[in-house]
Amino acid sequence: MDFGLSEEQELLQETVRRFVANECPPPRLREIFDGKDGYDPQLWAGMLKMGLGGLVVPEAYGGAELELLDLALVAEVLGAGAVPGPFLGHSLATLVLVLAGSSEQKERWLPSLASGDALGSVAFGEEGDVWEPAGWSARVESGKVTGTKTYVPYAGLADWILVGVAGGQFAVVPRGGEGVKLEPVAGVDRTRRLDRLTLDGAPCEVLPESVAGRVRDAGLILLAADAFGGGTTLVEMSVEYAKTREQFGQPIAQFQAVKHRLADMATELEPARGLFWYAAHAFDHIPDEAERAAALAKAHITDRYMQIARDAVEVHGGIGFTWECDVQIWFKRALFDRTFLGSPAFHRERAAQLGDW
Amino acid sequence: MDLKYSDEYEAFRGEVKAFLEQNWPLKDEEAKLSGPEKSTLFRQRAIEHGFVARSIPKRYGGSEQAPDVLRARIIAEEFAKARAPADIRGIGASMLVPTLLEHGEEWQKERFIPPTIRGEMIWCQGYSEPGSGSDLASLQTKAELDGEEWLINGHKVWTTGAEIAHYMFCLCRTEPEAEKHAGISYLLIDMKTPGIQVSPLRQMTGTADFCEVFFNDLRIPAKNIVGKRGQGWIVSRSTLKHERNMIGNAEGTRSTFRALLRFAKQAQLNGRPAIEDPTVRQRLGQIEGYVASHFYSGYRQLTLAARGQEAGIAGMLNKLTSTNIAHMMAKLAIDLAGDEALETPAPDEIMKINPRGGQAWVSNYMWSLGLSIAGGTANIQRNVIAERGLGLPRDRAVQRT
Repeated sequence: MDFGLSEEQELLQETVRRFVANECPPPRLREIFDGKDGYDPQLWAGMLKMGLGGLVVPEAYGGAELELLDLALVAEVLGAGAVPGPFLGHSLATLVLVLAGSSEQKERWLPSLASGDALGSVAFGEEGDVWEPAGWSARVESGKVTGTKTYVPYAGLADWILVGVAGGQFAVVPRGGEGVKLEPVAGVDRTRRLDRLTLDGAPCEVLPESVAGRVRDAGLILLAADAFGGGTTLVEMSVEYAKTREQFGQPIAQFQAVKHRLADMATELEPARGLFWYAAHAFDHIPDEAERAAALAKAHITDRYMQIARDAVEVHGGIGFTWECDVQIWFKRALFDRTFLGSPAFHRERAAQLGDW
Repeated sequence: MDLKYSDEYEAFRGEVKAFLEQNWPLKDEEAKLSGPEKSTLFRQRAIEHGFVARSIPKRYGGSEQAPDVLRARIIAEEFAKARAPADIRGIGASMLVPTLLEHGEEWQKERFIPPTIRGEMIWCQGYSEPGSGSDLASLQTKAELDGEEWLINGHKVWTTGAEIAHYMFCLCRTEPEAEKHAGISYLLIDMKTPGIQVSPLRQMTGTADFCEVFFNDLRIPAKNIVGKRGQGWIVSRSTLKHERNMIGNAEGTRSTFRALLRFAKQAQLNGRPAIEDPTVRQRLGQIEGYVASHFYSGYRQLTLAARGQEAGIAGMLNKLTSTNIAHMMAKLAIDLAGDEALETPAPDEIMKINPRGGQAWVSNYMWSLGLSIAGGTANIQRNVIAERGLGLPRDRAVQRT
């Protein structure tokens, strides 16, 4: 009985944490946040060098062959640093191929995705707040895919886009291919950019297995992990600010109204660490509980993140409401985490149904 | 991460199960004994096997086992399944015994620990006073040394079980000239001593589960002090160091949530089962997020303890988290109770651990408030979390030595 991290997992988090502190400190983060495409090739290259491009890819294809929990632990640290870039979409794209590809397809795509020579993304969303695979309407006929996918992460930079199609399968589409149109979305979270993808008879290759539900669950867990990491940073930032900001001749941390709010922020967040751990562990080892655990973790933790982000703005007072203050970067990641792949309310209702309520 | 127990632990579980199968419930002639007699007899056998009183040395009647939170957890699970009497609960075993083990004199340990862990000696706690709640160290109950006796005068409140307790461990002011924390001593009071008056304290629920205790020229032996004069504050901080059950509380919360879920299926809203209402489903889902978080945080803390690591801030959040959850559950429950919330809960519907009907939930709604006050109010918890967990400055008014 051991509900804790291994030394390797702690080392993995520590390594990524150090990388983020060195390579994506707040001033650099701010530049990328304000930049045109929310992407820093050097930063992404550094992440790939650490092996983050292929964490769940089997060793035979050049990956680290780790579990979803390891991927989630990395997502937590990247969330804590609000690290910009294509990690989420790329990770899910590799997972789609691992779970759904034939051995020939894996052989063809996974090595370059794991090394990062190629960038992948996944297309889940469709018009009308549709994220669930059961509602997908993009269709494949005679090897060509037609449909519209909303909010595809970094599709404009991706080499391969794994498009979810009716029936729960994925179709691999090259970004520059015939019948593929991409339009950047003016997304709220400037650290995870999105594109709208229109496919009009685009040539594609369909992966044999229907794995949309599993990949959705993985996505929900990664968002929950990101939200947990982001929340911890907001608590830390708020604590530091309250200790240094003085009003009425004393640090505002001296006022119980502020202290108690900070205590409540920590109380809302910290216990949920085990919730995303458990969901990730269930994904790998407890199949009967995996789907519901993922839905519950996403609903609960992304909701906590959003509320903590609001609290963090309030603790920071006027400065917290400015563009200049970094709190807004995490606030907007919270908006992304809660909305992407479906709202907390949506997944709570799914969890209710899965629990036979 | 592995939620299964290792072979070694599963073998231990086998031993526990085999012991329970043979020994509980009691058989033949022993089955005719009274309830308390059965418990005492069984518990003695469990001690001999090392399953009960594990942290207590053998010379004080314990089983003196090496600390092992996972073994303790397995024992708790199997004893609960078999509904067998496990470690004596209550503040005697949980608070007094660890205090004596750490600070008591030899005669005090020999005299008080064995009957307490057998359940024969019941204790109550004399801490709070009408003027000293959150600011406990301001307590005014006075004890003066008069020859070979302490002469005690004062007034304690919120004393659970004072009417049945044999003894009280009590904080009294013995050094009136000293700074407030340094003026307190930890005394042991025989509740049969003349000069003690116990009166029940009726709560808003209508029941009386606590007492007030008045001391009028009460005299107890001078040797009934634990630790030195003026050390009572430090002495009273002793807690169970080993095998603290980090999940018990979260399991209780989870079981109440299951009761709430059953209530939502049984209660009607607009002529349909309440569970079908989208708002009710959302609220249940929100609560379940907290319940599950609390539960897995407990598992994480258990693992850290098993590895000999500190839980850090997570350990400081347990009480506030569980009372927050209790409030959310109670609030939803009275919304489901409908017009039953207009009625006084019937006496047998009060203070159910897992309420069933509307009246029991209305009672639970009131009790959930008691929870957030007892043992350190929610705002005191927030101070602890902020100051010790987050490193925020202490309140100016609270200067501590």
